[in-house]
Amino acid sequence: MLAYVLRRIFQSLIVLLAVGFVAFAMFSFVGDPVDNMLGQERTQADIDRLREQLGLDQPFIVQYWRFLEQAAQGNFGLSYRQGRPVSEIIAERLPATIELAFVSGFLAFVGGVGLGVFTAIRRHGVLPSFIMTASLIGVSLPTFLIGILLIYIFSVEFGWLPSFGRGEVVDLGGWTTGFLTASGLKALILPAITLGLYQMTLIMRLVRTEMLEVLRMDYIRFARARGLTEKTINFRHALKNTLVPVITITGLQLGSIIAFAIITETVFQWPGVGLLFINAVQFVDIPVMAAYLMMISVMFVGINLIVDILYFAIDPRLRIERSVGGH
Amino acid sequence: MVQPVLSIKSLVVEIPTRKGVLRPVDRVSYDIFPGEILGIVGESGAGKSMTGNAVIGLLERPAHIVSGDILLSGNPIHNLSASEFRKIRGKKIGMIFQDPLTSLNPLLTVGEQLVETIIEHLAVSKKQAQERAIAALEEVGIPAARERIGSYPHQFSGGMRQRVVIALALCAEPDLVIADEPTTALDVSVQAQIIALLKRLCRERGVGVMLVTHDMGVIAEAADRVAVMYAGRLAELGAVRDVLSDPKHPYTYGLMGSTPLASRGLKRLNQIPGSMPRLGALPEGCAFSPRCEFAQEVCKTGSSPFIANVDAQAACWFPLPHTKSRSSK
Repeated sequence: MLAYVLRRIFQSLIVLLAVGFVAFAMFSFVGDPVDNMLGQERTQADIDRLREQLGLDQPFIVQYWRFLEQAAQGNFGLSYRQGRPVSEIIAERLPATIELAFVSGFLAFVGGVGLGVFTAIRRHGVLPSFIMTASLIGVSLPTFLIGILLIYIFSVEFGWLPSFGRGEVVDLGGWTTGFLTASGLKALILPAITLGLYQMTLIMRLVRTEMLEVLRMDYIRFARARGLTEKTINFRHALKNTLVPVITITGLQLGSIIAFAIITETVFQWPGVGLLFINAVQFVDIPVMAAYLMMISVMFVGINLIVDILYFAIDPRLRIERSVGGH
Repeated sequence: MVQPVLSIKSLVVEIPTRKGVLRPVDRVSYDIFPGEILGIVGESGAGKSMTGNAVIGLLERPAHIVSGDILLSGNPIHNLSASEFRKIRGKKIGMIFQDPLTSLNPLLTVGEQLVETIIEHLAVSKKQAQERAIAALEEVGIPAARERIGSYPHQFSGGMRQRVVIALALCAEPDLVIADEPTTALDVSVQAQIIALLKRLCRERGVGVMLVTHDMGVIAEAADRVAVMYAGRLAELGAVRDVLSDPKHPYTYGLMGSTPLASRGLKRLNQIPGSMPRLGALPEGCAFSPRCEFAQEVCKTGSSPFIANVDAQAACWFPLPHTKSRSSK
């Protein structure tokens, strides 16, 4: 088990290096940050001096190496645009994104599993059929459109919920939270739904398919033949077996929730890292972009690792074969 | 006279389809007495398992019981509501499935699966249920039951798993056990052990067993009486010794001829010409008549013979005479 985890961590590090390399290579094509940093009345001498200061005159391999060197020490450099340390800017923006991702991930999982089980157990009702049809909308509508629709309905027409921003936040020693104020919670609702809807419908359809599959298994028939209640059969026998593949997908979806947050954050002007990244792209703020990408890839790789370890917790077959086999 | 554990009277199961109504079980009647193993034998699709599923109330829609009675220890059970039927399942009727590899939930320990079944049906505490579970495993011959109760199904071999399945089917002490092809998925050597176990439990506990199989060898080994099914109907019903040594129905006779026996030597096995008709295309009269070498005109045009109306061991208008008289065949 420990050896397995260590090996996975080592693999993860290699993946991170590769991601960083590719990302960094791409940055040399997105444009010249110097253009934006200097005003209209710049001279070639100004440009050259700034380039040298920023190390942009070096080949990108050298730049990448320097970036790695610094990043390993937790130093992602200064933002070209704001002139402040990138780590500080990200730390400031991260709570907003994490709270949003957490709430929408939670909505997606609870709603998705709940509705999936419901539509699997009641296969022929009117409501389940309606939910299944409605879920097609969730899967096929692009996120930004859902966001705009929600804003139109709940902010413009009814005026119930704010259309942008985070509302009032409380600072808890470096972590700003919107959970503690009414306006913060209200501001969270629409973005969380927008971000989580696609994942929720995806999880729901997956859970339904898996559950229907499991309900056809012999051990479910045997459980029926033993006179267990439908509740026990559905939730103890079927749901547990359904969750094994669902957890993988959900875990990976959590990563894409954070990545997709870029769109939602732009639509709702949510002050998180996604919005920060979009702004950084416009200004070719390479240190911010690089740090953001590294952060996202660390997250993806980390989630993958956690999902793999979760397998052991859920499925006894893996657990025991591993420990017996001594891999 | 002893009351039968299970009494099926003229049971009819139908499946409505777009092309018409199919009858996978047609006017089947038989009794199973306490401590008796009744073997149900027949080809695939003959209605063996369908009868078992009807008895335990697990027919899959759209199959449903149209007419006939199913009496469990004298009480009708075919018209119970779903929730009443659930209380009988496991408690009064236990069921053993074909494939022990797939009939146990892989994510629950065998102990958990036993305890949940025991608690469902018997008024015992969790601790008592645990003790009963261990006893149940010991009874089916699982060594070191106390240690192995926390094991998951995949940690047992196929034969051991089938023992666990049997323990699960019997843990709430049912009066009737339906064993649907309990040995088909097992090695031959393990088959014999499982059959011996079933026989022992049946005798010791006075449980009635419905043993569904397509294997004549299993029937000969285990059953007291045998019911031969063909195209949803009962072809022959009688004590195993009588049916095997002196079959009255030409179909049973054909089946016996197609079973390899050591005493027969290396002669080619007989075949019954043709194959069992599909349920949608049953012939007039006796369902076996197109393949029957003894068929007369009345078999092909008249009403179908049933054991009830021909009043014999076999549902045949012209039951075969003693084997010796046609040994020339």
